[in-house]
Amino acid sequence: MAPYKKLSITSPNELVFGTAPFPVTCGQGLVIGGGLVYPEINFTLPTMLINEANWKQVLTHYHAICERVLLRAKKMGIPGLVIEFEQLPDMTMNPALGGEITALIRKHLDDFHAETAIPTALRVTVVDLRDADQPPLLRTGSNWEATRQAFVLSAQAGADILSIESVGGKEVHDQALLYADLPGIIASLGILGHADVSWLWQQISSICKEYQIIPGGDTACGFSNTSMQLAGQGMIPSSLAALDRAASAPRSLAAFENGAVGPSKDCAYEGPIIKAIAGVPISMEGRSSCCAHFSPLGNIAGAAADLWSNESVQNINLLSGSAPEAFMELLAYDCRLFNVAHGQDAMNYRNLLVKSDAWLSPEALMLEPETVIGLARAIVKEEGGYQQTLAAVWKAYEAIVEAIHLQHMPLTPPDRAWLEMVPLALEGVPSDEQNAVDYLVSTYGDHFSLDSYGL
Amino acid sequence: METLLTQLTHLISIGKINAHSPYPPDMRGQPGAAEITAQALAEGFTPADILDKGLLPGMNIIGEKFSQGQAFIANMLISAQAMNAAMEHLRPFFESGEIQSRGTIILGTVQGDLHDIGKNLVKMIMKGDGWDVVDLGTDVHSHDFVEAVKTHPDACVGMSALLTTTMLNMKAVTDSLRDNDPATKIFIGGAPVSAAFAEEIGADGYFRDPYGLARSLRTN
Repeated sequence: MAPYKKLSITSPNELVFGTAPFPVTCGQGLVIGGGLVYPEINFTLPTMLINEANWKQVLTHYHAICERVLLRAKKMGIPGLVIEFEQLPDMTMNPALGGEITALIRKHLDDFHAETAIPTALRVTVVDLRDADQPPLLRTGSNWEATRQAFVLSAQAGADILSIESVGGKEVHDQALLYADLPGIIASLGILGHADVSWLWQQISSICKEYQIIPGGDTACGFSNTSMQLAGQGMIPSSLAALDRAASAPRSLAAFENGAVGPSKDCAYEGPIIKAIAGVPISMEGRSSCCAHFSPLGNIAGAAADLWSNESVQNINLLSGSAPEAFMELLAYDCRLFNVAHGQDAMNYRNLLVKSDAWLSPEALMLEPETVIGLARAIVKEEGGYQQTLAAVWKAYEAIVEAIHLQHMPLTPPDRAWLEMVPLALEGVPSDEQNAVDYLVSTYGDHFSLDSYGL
Repeated sequence: METLLTQLTHLISIGKINAHSPYPPDMRGQPGAAEITAQALAEGFTPADILDKGLLPGMNIIGEKFSQGQAFIANMLISAQAMNAAMEHLRPFFESGEIQSRGTIILGTVQGDLHDIGKNLVKMIMKGDGWDVVDLGTDVHSHDFVEAVKTHPDACVGMSALLTTTMLNMKAVTDSLRDNDPATKIFIGGAPVSAAFAEEIGADGYFRDPYGLARSLRTN
């Protein structure tokens, strides 16, 4: 598919939860992006090892989770549901294990649908094992083969949607991020990440085509969510985390230029930018994912969501019941509110979600609808991942500066001091891709191999 | 004479590596930690004084700023780079035994865990703080930790995990290391673990950030 040259959503007022220009129909007739917001529930094991000796115990957990979650979903009268099974590393390293759990969840969803007629879909997200090699091989070797096989077995076992949190370029991005090295961040995402996502999604789309299921989407979780968490701990500037978020959009967009159709991954906070460009439905997570991680964007994350997720919750007991069941209820209530608003005054509710977060942190600002459309326009004006990434970072910087001046966005003195150095740093960024590659090789050459990216 | 050491402390704390380094922007072309260390040696300062009274206090300053939220990890890492550049001039004295490295730390993520940014951060900070680092990488089995300790008998071990389904492997590593040598110092880190968990599995400590580990090892 050719790169996107124009926006699917051109006005901030058209960027709203529940509705995407290109809805996706999947699973048992679930239409995502067609008007309603559905819960996407995700869960994981409690603190325990995964090994041969306790595999039955692992399966018992997944059985119990499905029973409780689906019981709660039925009681809450949800209009539709996505379950995301996000594999743990052992389950992708041994793809048959991931396939077995996929089949288990599939059976629960089929029984649920037969009983209730509520449409559902199962998203399976495999672990990207490819960075276990140092430097990562990405396109060859046993780790890629296990990752690929995990996709195939998940498809065979009943997945409706396939996704991944891909990591190509992360080996360089990690280093660049810790040094707050903007040229390294931009090139690792715009060149390495973009090349890898493009290649990888051709492979995933091909598998999905064979099994007639949905190639969902990717996420820059390993990149800009790492930034957000480091910023949350005061390790990097929050304005850097925001620039990194904007910079991640072109690499995640590349999945949609190579076969993905949505829904994008819940932890892809770059999702609204992708929705504005590609018109695909997106999954988002906010306040109801605090069981998995903290964030400064709990409300605004919902402004353009088509699926609403809890990211992940351990199967432990709370006062009310099991944690997955409790979070199923939480998501169901959130979605009920989205959907009531959709039928009455969607923009008013969306604007409340936006205003309650947008001016309090640079990271939240990146999800503000006018900012989103501005970033999306800046991206589609440029050719190629590198120039798109560079343009997105400049645009994000301008938006942060404007928010400080017009909206009194609070920044700590060290954060502000760092932001003041950004123009100088950006002026030093190589203007063309070849020079940027040369910079990566000379600065981070020990960490990656150009061959792995087809460069 | 003392001013050279004071100058070194300042250069390390602000991360001025050498005359060619672009950071800080207002000091381009001025000598950095590398040149001033060479000058100090030429003027007769002992390597031990350069290390203990010049370089390490600079790392302390930036470390404390980081702890107080007045600096970012990038500032610490650039200071660590300045430290490493200075240490290149001291390397012959380490090799001759005139001065001692702080020691060796062995690092890795535990079996089944591929998340390594925290481990890599610890590596960079510890190197900058004068430690020799043996990085075993990700998904490291117990026996590989033990073999590394056998190769470096006085080394500390630092391990990390990001998943609730891998953190329990820290117990197996700790047990294996204790079987090999009960005196091995073992430290853990990572999002799902805690000081209480460190105590539960018999590790010697938990640190939520790399500077905490560096500071603790300096004082113990």
